[in-house]
Amino acid sequence: MDNFTVGVVVFPGSNCDRDVSWALEGCLDIRTKYLWHESSDLSDVDAIVIPGGFSYGDYLRCGAIARFSPLINALDEFVKSGKRVLGICNGFQILTESGFLPGALVANKNLNFICDDVELDIFSSKGGWFNNVDEKQTIKLPIAHGEGRYHCDSDTLKKLLDNELIALRYKNNPNGSSFDIAGITNEKGNVLGLMPHPERACDETIGGTDGLFTLKSLILK
Amino acid sequence: MDQFAAKVFVRLRPSVLDPAGEATKSASIKLGAEGIKSLRIGKMIEVKIEGNDENEVREKIDLLCDRLFANTVIEDYEYSLEKL
Repeated sequence: MDNFTVGVVVFPGSNCDRDVSWALEGCLDIRTKYLWHESSDLSDVDAIVIPGGFSYGDYLRCGAIARFSPLINALDEFVKSGKRVLGICNGFQILTESGFLPGALVANKNLNFICDDVELDIFSSKGGWFNNVDEKQTIKLPIAHGEGRYHCDSDTLKKLLDNELIALRYKNNPNGSSFDIAGITNEKGNVLGLMPHPERACDETIGGTDGLFTLKSLILK
Repeated sequence: MDQFAAKVFVRLRPSVLDPAGEATKSASIKLGAEGIKSLRIGKMIEVKIEGNDENEVREKIDLLCDRLFANTVIEDYEYSLEKL
């Protein structure tokens, strides 16, 4: 993809950073660059992935400490410029804690850490993150989280619905999320947060390829 | 500068399901405790802080609670402040 470079953020406790990089580089031939959380220089990258894991050990709340890193502070300008940001799992939690996306992610209803493949309905094509996946409207992606129950108040849910910001919904809600929500975008559509892991579904032999489209769409303008 | 001790209580809002509280309630009943109507789990954060007066310290604690200690989308907070 020419010189297009996706920055993959690394916090102390991130553990999906290398998976994301493998999927982008190895499966999609998209160049990546690791971004240490203390860096605030985003000039070299054209899109950013905040990967899954347990940034800062999930202390206080998932994503609560990461929010204050220099990198997340620099993200505001990056997002305003229209560049794309994808937050996966802990990355989604960080995006809600830091106010880039509304709502919050709390402990799963059944208190279990759920590691499973789930069926998801693509609910909105805002931002082109899921558009035209071979015209499938349902995809299957892995989830692995203990605190993935999306919560928002009724006013926020109405706003999400009215503005078509709900990207993905669980077919069989595994964690008690409001309105079965598995992923949402911001109003502009350039920020997507989701609990499922697209980077773990990029090869037919290990979990399918339904995640490829979302990662590939990082290069959309 | 005076020294102050704050005790901050952070609780899930009543509208947010607390599955850990529910599980603990269930265990409490199994232990034989009777009459438990509700059980919810929160956090308590102790902060020692210095400032010129109580108002100044309250401003600092308010900021900490609102921006860091609690996520006001899902949590409420309150605190007590004691001059040491």
